[in-house]
Amino acid sequence: MRRLSRHFAPYLLSLPSWAYLTVFFVIPLGSMLGLALATGDPLDGYVASDNFSEFSLGFSQYHAEFVRSFFYGAVSTVITLVIAYPVAYWIAFYGGRNKSTYLFLLVLPFFVTFVIRVLAWEFILSDEGFVLGTLKSLGLIPQTTHILSTQWAVIGGLVYNSLAYYVMPLYVALEKIDRRVVRAANDLYATPRVAFTRVIIPLSAPGIFAGFLLVFVTNVGDFVNAYILGGPGTYMIGNVIQDSFFDNQDYPLAAALSSMLMFLLMVAIFLYAKTFGTDTIQDYAA
Amino acid sequence: MSKTSLPDGQNLAFLRGLTQPRLSRGEFMRGAAASLAAMALGGARQADAAAVTDWNGWWEAQKPTNEFIFANWPLYIDVTSDGKDHPSLDAFTKQTGISVTYDEVIQDDPSFYAKVAPVLKSGQPTGYDMMVITDGWYLTELLLQKFLVPLWREKVPNFDKNAGNSVKNPSYDPGNKHTMVWQSGLTGIGYNPKLTKREITSLEDLWDPAFAGHIGMFSDTNELGSFGMLKLGINPTTSTPADWTKAAAVLRDQKDKKLVRQYYDQSYINALENGDIWITMAWSGDIYQANSKGYKDLKFVVPKEGCSIWHDNMCIPVGAKNPLSALAWMNYYYTPEAAGVIEDYVNYICPVPAAKDYILSVIKDPDVANSPLVFPPESEFAKTHEFRAFKNYAEYKAWVNTFSPIVQG
Repeated sequence: MRRLSRHFAPYLLSLPSWAYLTVFFVIPLGSMLGLALATGDPLDGYVASDNFSEFSLGFSQYHAEFVRSFFYGAVSTVITLVIAYPVAYWIAFYGGRNKSTYLFLLVLPFFVTFVIRVLAWEFILSDEGFVLGTLKSLGLIPQTTHILSTQWAVIGGLVYNSLAYYVMPLYVALEKIDRRVVRAANDLYATPRVAFTRVIIPLSAPGIFAGFLLVFVTNVGDFVNAYILGGPGTYMIGNVIQDSFFDNQDYPLAAALSSMLMFLLMVAIFLYAKTFGTDTIQDYAA
Repeated sequence: MSKTSLPDGQNLAFLRGLTQPRLSRGEFMRGAAASLAAMALGGARQADAAAVTDWNGWWEAQKPTNEFIFANWPLYIDVTSDGKDHPSLDAFTKQTGISVTYDEVIQDDPSFYAKVAPVLKSGQPTGYDMMVITDGWYLTELLLQKFLVPLWREKVPNFDKNAGNSVKNPSYDPGNKHTMVWQSGLTGIGYNPKLTKREITSLEDLWDPAFAGHIGMFSDTNELGSFGMLKLGINPTTSTPADWTKAAAVLRDQKDKKLVRQYYDQSYINALENGDIWITMAWSGDIYQANSKGYKDLKFVVPKEGCSIWHDNMCIPVGAKNPLSALAWMNYYYTPEAAGVIEDYVNYICPVPAAKDYILSVIKDPDVANSPLVFPPESEFAKTHEFRAFKNYAEYKAWVNTFSPIVQG
């Protein structure tokens, strides 16, 4: 009897987590898939079936938006990493006593609502606004130049909004690096550049991976930046899902597109982990 | 009214009216609550109240009440300067003894529909005796599901006596069986003459390569599709799916030639104000509001090919507790006095033409009374077209599938 309970103890202890996952993840996910396959309309209700036509319609009509979303997501994630890494590195290695102050300053803009921050960029970047208006009146750029409604406005917005989410995990990873390892590299005649690329970057890989998950997944599904900063030709898949759901009452299509997005994201993450190796990441993390 | 001269900016009475229309009827980013409500799919619907078949008998059985709960959009009725009282509602209470609970709860049609539809589907009362819904898919959806009480027209004689022709027998509710218009409005062209460098008169101007990258169109497929058809000389109200395809082609062409800056919701007005767009589809009320905010250059024009007209409609949801009071309010609203008092504040298009004389002679506000946008002459109404009223969900979906890919491309 005692052996039995000892055997089951870990499972019993994990029960709350399982319950949580079931209620907040498995059930919603199942109902979303069910709705994607359902037939019917919002007036008469939906009945469960195995109708895959919303998937094929979603793919044939909106594959361009899928490609675009992953492109924007990837580009914005890479740019964010390039900007965030030096910031995190500097805070972790040279922040000294004021580390927490710097981190606080970094998250300070996030005390303002997401949508308001994006709207602020719309204001700053507007054609006759603070930046472009000044440059135009100085004659430095042609009158017709505009940044809003272009894909770079959308990618820029994504980068801006994900910066802190990348700095944080990078900072944690860099902070944890044993400084004696870096010194050992120097003692073994590694130049600063070699020490950085061969020691510091591999040791911060878990931070790079965690940040990638946070930023890439959020950015691919984002619709606010494209909605406010974008124009025709910058619609992302999140916008299509939002429109289908709220404006067009096309719930099965919205559910099918959401399922497809989720599946593609899982494939992307799997490929990333496979390429860079989760084992190595875990080794370094340990 | 193809060229409306703007009123003198010094006239405070006029500006007060113009600066306080209801909020834009465009679509806001909607909250998660609404999305959850919209998820209430299928299930048992049309229970108790909606199962009524003999509406005459139902009306006969109603007892008069001294209460009335009215759901409306924000800033869509007269209000005293301290913001506390609504003189028209007070006068109604004085005249009839019915006290009014006035709720400004409708921000836009989809989210309000998402709020009331699950309640109606479960056969419960919404708690409202009257709500104001714009003509479009959501109103049609309420009608198709029999969620609106057919009106007892004999109790609203003032409608037949005073209603303007533009609000009688609308395409979406033939014979005004379920709805009566609260206010109407126009979708025309808004522009900044300083940037376009010429006056705008035609829909062709929205396709002018000279404005490439500075043209705004609406993302609402009803609005967008209707403009595509007007450009082709097709009447959107009576259009067929073949017409929709043709309209989609010209709109697609406009987009492919990179003429369109963006497909906007209500945010187009900011883009017009700060110069991002020079010419755009626009709601008349927004341009007036911008004028009084200080953007005096902006102009509104009804293009010579015609424009769209939308109607916000009073209707009674099934399960209403005080339906006779709601009818009494409708009857009261369709008098020149009540409509005049409210119109002098709201300034969209008044459904009661006789209110013009009341505003002129009693309220003494000639700017509102003589504004061709508040009281358009009959000849101008001929140029306006209602949206296509959909017969069922399949038709609506076909429309959306025709025009949505243009917005989303």
